[in-house]
Amino acid sequence: MSKSWDANSEHLLRELAPQVLGVIARRFRDFVSAEDAVQEAMIAAFTQWPREGIPDNPRGWLIQVASRRMADQLRSAIARRERETEVARDTETEAATIDLESDMDPDDTLILLFMCCHPALTSSSAIALTLRAVGGLTTAEIANAFLVPEATMAQRISRAKQSIKASSVPFRLPSVTERAERLRAVLHVLYLIFSEGYTSSVGAQLQRLDLAREAIRLTRGMKDLLPDDAEVAGLLALMLLTDARRAARTGGEEDLIPLDKQDRALWDRGEIAEGIGLLTAALSRGPVGLYQLQASIAAVHDEASRAEDTDWPQILALYELLMRVSPGPMVTLNHAIAAAMVHGASKGLELLKTLDSDSRIAGHYRLDAVRGHLHEMLGDVENASRHYRIAATRTTNVPERNYLMTKAARLQEQ
Amino acid sequence: MKYILMMNTMKAGHGVPNWPPKDLQAHIAFMIKTNKDLRASGELVSAEGLAFPDQAKLVRAGKNGVPITDGVFPESKEFLAGYWIVDVDSPERAYAIAAAVSAAPGPGGQPLNMPIEVRQVMSGPPPEML
Repeated sequence: MSKSWDANSEHLLRELAPQVLGVIARRFRDFVSAEDAVQEAMIAAFTQWPREGIPDNPRGWLIQVASRRMADQLRSAIARRERETEVARDTETEAATIDLESDMDPDDTLILLFMCCHPALTSSSAIALTLRAVGGLTTAEIANAFLVPEATMAQRISRAKQSIKASSVPFRLPSVTERAERLRAVLHVLYLIFSEGYTSSVGAQLQRLDLAREAIRLTRGMKDLLPDDAEVAGLLALMLLTDARRAARTGGEEDLIPLDKQDRALWDRGEIAEGIGLLTAALSRGPVGLYQLQASIAAVHDEASRAEDTDWPQILALYELLMRVSPGPMVTLNHAIAAAMVHGASKGLELLKTLDSDSRIAGHYRLDAVRGHLHEMLGDVENASRHYRIAATRTTNVPERNYLMTKAARLQEQ
Repeated sequence: MKYILMMNTMKAGHGVPNWPPKDLQAHIAFMIKTNKDLRASGELVSAEGLAFPDQAKLVRAGKNGVPITDGVFPESKEFLAGYWIVDVDSPERAYAIAAAVSAAPGPGGQPLNMPIEVRQVMSGPPPEML
């Protein structure tokens, strides 16, 4: 034991988790048990390392502990079934003498990401499994982040692994033909983790694990593994450019501050610069995808030093592109807002009409919130407060509901 | 997304305590199994049964915030008997769980088909991320 535990050690430990899992899963050809064994090794490290110092070869230490767990499991399984201890003893000796480092594969983390974000899984299962197997987080931490009991989260992860086992996904990179689609699934899961973190970052929830930071860390790792993929870079840029506004988007307690009212001096210049740098490099690389476009829109907002300096014509043009690349009712809605900012609120209201017949969004609170805003821009107080009130009854976000109710109440006071 | 499933039952006296032992046991076993299944599916956030309403109090603040308590609720016919909070992937899944709970066995093993109020817990994403 040489180095002592410090602020970076936890980060190091989490980075090692998927590498160790790759070695164990490949060696024992059993992802499900390997994932449990690595989780146990991680928990052992979290208890022992801060006390006793970090081992000289931390990866080797984790591999040793996890292999021993695997051997223990094998031995008890065999003992139960056949009472043949000879086989188990052989396995144990073998596990202890394997050449640890030669079993490493640089693609392991990537393979694990594809596996944990397999389309056969529901998104909540994929999120939980990704955070544990690739993120190196403990079940307790993940449970805490989603405000569910640890036992529930453990079951969710265990079931996710059983579905992976049942679908018999091989432990290797997806074939070239599947690659693009599977990558989209991975990026979507990372995006959802970020978005969940962004949701829970509102209000006094300091004890909760910061999922937005975790999503950024995982996406950064992915960017290192796939440095030439423009959408991976686009997603990382989108996260950074959004996260940059974190300090400005909430007031004292749980009140939500909309973009045009935020104190822009609080925006994180470092994150904005990094996001724009990533985005600029990505855009020059080839076909423009969904995340690069969303990141571009975030960048235009971030570049305006005052809300009234926002380059709305450029945002409008970007939404028009986004409608072609990735059409959907939310994109149409945001396009209508941009159109209102460029051509006036009446234009925006006219564009929103097409959404009333779209079952994916008709009745969604966001449609009424935007209508409220556009009517307010036109000075139509009555319709504005009516739509804000409807939106307030339909949203499922507390700060958003408080914001909308206050909006409606203030307008009626006038 | 999280939902609360609220189970309302009729006023005490007409309810569970008067059933024959066999039916009562079947009902209790059903509720235990429901919780076990929801835990195993990784969806259970919490579940609580409430004490019978006989000892319930209605509390209001009186002068200087001093509590004034009323006895049992005289007018209400229905009482909240218990609730589940579940974390599910869709509203349809929450409705399916509610329907399963609604059909808990009653007297003679017949399904009760109780009304279960299903409400979403406020935990949606903020507007920027939609």
